[in-house]
Amino acid sequence: MSRYLAWLLVAVLASVPLWLTDFYLLHILITAGIFIVAAMSLNLLLGYTGQLSLGHVAFFGIGAYTSALVSLGFEVHVLPEVTVGMAPKPAWLGVLCAIATAAVTGYAIGKLSFRLRGAYFVIVSIGFAEVVRLIAVNWVELTQGPMALNNIPALTIGPAAFEISFLRKPAFYLLVLAVGVICYVVIARLVNSRAGRAMIALRENEVLARSLGIDVTRYLVLATMVSAAMAGMAGALYAHYIRIVDPDIFLFIYTVTMVIMVITGGKGTLAGPVVGGMVFGVVPEVLRAMEIRPETQWIIYGVLMVLVVYFLPRGIVPAVQSYFSGRKADTAVPDAPKVLQK
Amino acid sequence: MSVQAETILSVDRIAAHFGGLIALSDMSFDVRNGEIVGLIGPNGAGKTTAFNIITGFQRPSSGEVRYRSQALTGMKPHEIARLGLVRTFQRTSVFQERSVFQNVLTGLHCSGRSRLWDTILQSGREKASERELENAAHEILHFVGLEQRAGEQAGALSYGEQRLLGIALALAVKPTMLLLDEPVSGMNHSETARAIKLVEKISASGMTILLVEHDMQMVMQVCSRIVVLNYGRIIAEGTPLEIQNNPEVIRAYLGQGKKRA
Repeated sequence: MSRYLAWLLVAVLASVPLWLTDFYLLHILITAGIFIVAAMSLNLLLGYTGQLSLGHVAFFGIGAYTSALVSLGFEVHVLPEVTVGMAPKPAWLGVLCAIATAAVTGYAIGKLSFRLRGAYFVIVSIGFAEVVRLIAVNWVELTQGPMALNNIPALTIGPAAFEISFLRKPAFYLLVLAVGVICYVVIARLVNSRAGRAMIALRENEVLARSLGIDVTRYLVLATMVSAAMAGMAGALYAHYIRIVDPDIFLFIYTVTMVIMVITGGKGTLAGPVVGGMVFGVVPEVLRAMEIRPETQWIIYGVLMVLVVYFLPRGIVPAVQSYFSGRKADTAVPDAPKVLQK
Repeated sequence: MSVQAETILSVDRIAAHFGGLIALSDMSFDVRNGEIVGLIGPNGAGKTTAFNIITGFQRPSSGEVRYRSQALTGMKPHEIARLGLVRTFQRTSVFQERSVFQNVLTGLHCSGRSRLWDTILQSGREKASERELENAAHEILHFVGLEQRAGEQAGALSYGEQRLLGIALALAVKPTMLLLDEPVSGMNHSETARAIKLVEKISASGMTILLVEHDMQMVMQVCSRIVVLNYGRIIAEGTPLEIQNNPEVIRAYLGQGKKRA
């Protein structure tokens, strides 16, 4: 039942470019969509394994830079006589490279910080993002530093004759929607599987999980890797959409935006980041359209956020769920087992 | 009771020191296949420390634990669990936010095999494996008598039922030996009776059990052999009858001067 409703929603969202002619609004939806994908990836870590990564934007930025560099080509002097370079490649290959690079980085970070939990994991993740940002600023030969990578080609798919270009906003919007749906389905299947149960076990009670023979480290690394890959993909989309990437992409505020989306929407629920992303991705733009002073805009944004967190501490989605199932908010089970609904 | 059964767990001169504090010193005992051995002693005697060391949650300062003649030194808890040596916890230990059924499915982790691609593509192999685990989960819930509660949130169960679920979780790992840490502590009379029945039923299925428990009635009823700890060392070992009449045990529990327990 809810599955049909979900597909209906996707159909409605897919129809948006047909009737929404204002490209500015479409632009808002595209950027919100890209951040929703990033927020969904963060939710896999924060909501399901319970580990807060405050450096998540690093994966996003790595994806953006990788895809940009692969599609622009680069040449770097590793040693005085040795140069490593690459001719420009198609943008879609850049996106694949971005996913792979982010996944490998996620794997490495997961492996390196697997002993750390809670506050220590948070600090390592912040430090990691800062290191990546410093590399982006200072390795000018590769990244152009603060001068930014410009003229990133638009995304195209397919052979020359049947090429599909995502240069125009409606097409790019549909691409982001498709990527979002794919990521949603992948996360849904993952968290409802054996691996997902192991991740949730780590969140709920790590000592018990280990006593049951679950290699929690392995699933934490897996979650970090999948999460990083998705964030990297979102970053790559961002690079080919905005078509300019500079070190500001690693700003802490982007991580905070993702965390806000996850927390307000409902961490550990599949729909949470989507709802939170819709609200907190679109609200700033709506406020801007209302032509009130920027200070007032941010105050409204902040108050709204505080209200959501104060009155719906578990997030919007769990609150709505428990309202409809008539159960108390503190006993709501995020995902009821499929078998028992038959 | 067959005295000839092979030794499957042997605790060999383990010691645990925290700085100057000696939690355990030179503790040695064996558990033979199919036995229920009780590990008792006053609070702070080192019972839980012994459990933590056996199951790899804590490193002994010296000594060695062997399970089926394999040394467990340096192994991680999840590796030891996979050898078939599975424990429960003193305080309620279930995945509170999940349903009872999901809890047991989580416990069945080691019975499943899954690859990332199978999961993402929902391949036939993945579905078959999940169905198998679901059937096994129903069987386990039936065995411990919680099948009526399958759909409920674990945290919403009564205290006694949460403890039973804790045992169900341990059983889901398919252990060959079960270590129960105070399974009936804090339970009321009828809950205790139910838990004792369950432990006897598990034992009847051939499981070897090491039991830490303060409820003497339960210990005397179910155990074939008892090891008594006090201040980190073993002060007595024997059948329930021998232990009940051991003057040193009586002194440890009641202090000097008293003649009868």
